[in-house]
Amino acid sequence: MGYVFSAIAFALLAVLPLFAGDYGTGLLVGLMGYVVLASAWALFSGPTRYVSLATVAFFGVGAYVVAVLNEVLPYPVVLFCAALTGAGMALVVGLSTLRLAGIYFVIFTFGLAELVRQLITWFEVNVTGTLGRYIFLDLTARDIYWQLLALAVLTLGAGWWIRRSRLGLALRVIGDDEVVAAHAGIPVARTKLVLFVISATIITLVGAVQAPRWVYVEPSIVFNPTVSFLTVIMALLGGANRLWGPVAGAVPLFLLFEWLSARFPDHFSILLGLMFLAVVYALPDGVLAALERIRRPSVLKETKA
Amino acid sequence: MLASTLALGIILGGTYALLAMGLTLQYGIARILNLAYGEFMLLSCFVVTGLFTAWGIGPLLGLLVVTPAGYALGWLVHAGMMSPLLRRGDAGRLEVDTILATFGLLFVLQGIMLIVFGSDFTSYSYLDQGVSLLGVTVAANRLVALAVSLAIGLGLYAVLMRSNWGRAMRAVALAPQSAWLVGIDVDRMGRQGFALGGALAAAGGALVSMFLTFSAADGVVFTMKALIVVIMGGVGNVLGALVAGLLLGLAEVLVAAFIDPGLTLAATYALFLVVLLWRPTGLFGRVGG
Repeated sequence: MGYVFSAIAFALLAVLPLFAGDYGTGLLVGLMGYVVLASAWALFSGPTRYVSLATVAFFGVGAYVVAVLNEVLPYPVVLFCAALTGAGMALVVGLSTLRLAGIYFVIFTFGLAELVRQLITWFEVNVTGTLGRYIFLDLTARDIYWQLLALAVLTLGAGWWIRRSRLGLALRVIGDDEVVAAHAGIPVARTKLVLFVISATIITLVGAVQAPRWVYVEPSIVFNPTVSFLTVIMALLGGANRLWGPVAGAVPLFLLFEWLSARFPDHFSILLGLMFLAVVYALPDGVLAALERIRRPSVLKETKA
Repeated sequence: MLASTLALGIILGGTYALLAMGLTLQYGIARILNLAYGEFMLLSCFVVTGLFTAWGIGPLLGLLVVTPAGYALGWLVHAGMMSPLLRRGDAGRLEVDTILATFGLLFVLQGIMLIVFGSDFTSYSYLDQGVSLLGVTVAANRLVALAVSLAIGLGLYAVLMRSNWGRAMRAVALAPQSAWLVGIDVDRMGRQGFALGGALAAAGGALVSMFLTFSAADGVVFTMKALIVVIMGGVGNVLGALVAGLLLGLAEVLVAAFIDPGLTLAATYALFLVVLLWRPTGLFGRVGG
């Protein structure tokens, strides 16, 4: 039954922009973008509990690859190059930090976006001599939405498959106790690295797919740190350890922030901060887990025992 | 050129060292990675600036006001926000929970400062005449800041190494699971360590405000630099933070002077990456520690 419902839901989502106006389609593009970002983030950070604050580093690199290559190569090849760049970057970051304790990873990702932004800015100013770039691709908001929807199906499908595979089991053990995982013969560093690369590649693709919406791209636009923080809070609010958790967090939060940023632009960061505190103190496992606890109080006792 | 660059680097590094010392106490003793650390510091910058411009109270006197206030604020944050998380008793989650909670605090404090103080860059001039030192001209305020940083840092180091209280602190940093066996109240020490970190953040803020232009959005950059110094120096290692802070200051100033001022963060990160790959426990950390 679940498959049928999912198929119908995605079919409905696919025809939605045909009825929504320009504003509605724009909103859907943003919403679907965050659905994929939060789901992809949770693929790695959910089971391993390694909080990555570098979403926008990959997202921005994806957008930048499109900005650089969009006039030289055909669109599918550009997307492929973006994915390859994101995967390569994730490999370098992962190899240098994932063998160490989680804290080093958090600290490194904390500044990664700023580092990439500085490097690209420096390179553009000193070597190529052009800071801003234009993207002229014949893609409507609707096309972008459909690509993001396909990416969402891919991400959720990957999440579903990983959950059932040996890889997912290994990840859960690592998240519970890394020492136990290592003693059980799980290649800890390699497992984390594989998941991190998958997650980062999807995030890079979101940036690449959304890039044509900007038309004009420069580092300060595409490396906006708010994207990273929103992604984290969306995934955590819904519940990063569940397949549908990030989606359940991304949809209401995106609409809420869209509404808030129009009305209270000065209070944005206070609200974002309060949201983080609310998740830590009131909803430690996310909304979906809290709902389940209300419906079936016995589940809680069983898992605690 | 080189001599004055080196002098600038050492002075900047001295302040980084002071900043990082507070964070290394909070993380080493209280085991809480405080991502809102830079915001604590900025708050002190703004208060000291306000005291100076409104009532003419000099930053060194202001330092005496904000340091105890920083201690009190650190104590309150630990008692109010961190203790409930510590009491949950799930060690695997504690780290993530404290990171996310201080991350939330970062945004709340940043938002409040943006509303109260605005997003403009702030600075004031205090002792900004040049002083000639071994043929290099340095602004007097920077020299005073370095001297006070070093005095506070070395004083703290002496107290940690010599006094009973310092020994207890180091025991908690070294072996939190066993420290209570010898009669140390680990929770209380943790709270004191966190509060002391708050005091050092406030002191660092007061000193930095004497010569640096700052804005309400700068907290994250300070936190990031302090974090890198802490990892480089070895977590909980005060002397390590001092040396690593000086190294970082030097690296930054040298890169800004001879390569490109836009690449200072890249230089910081390159240094961080080298340390991570080469000695993950820090330059002065013990192997496997």
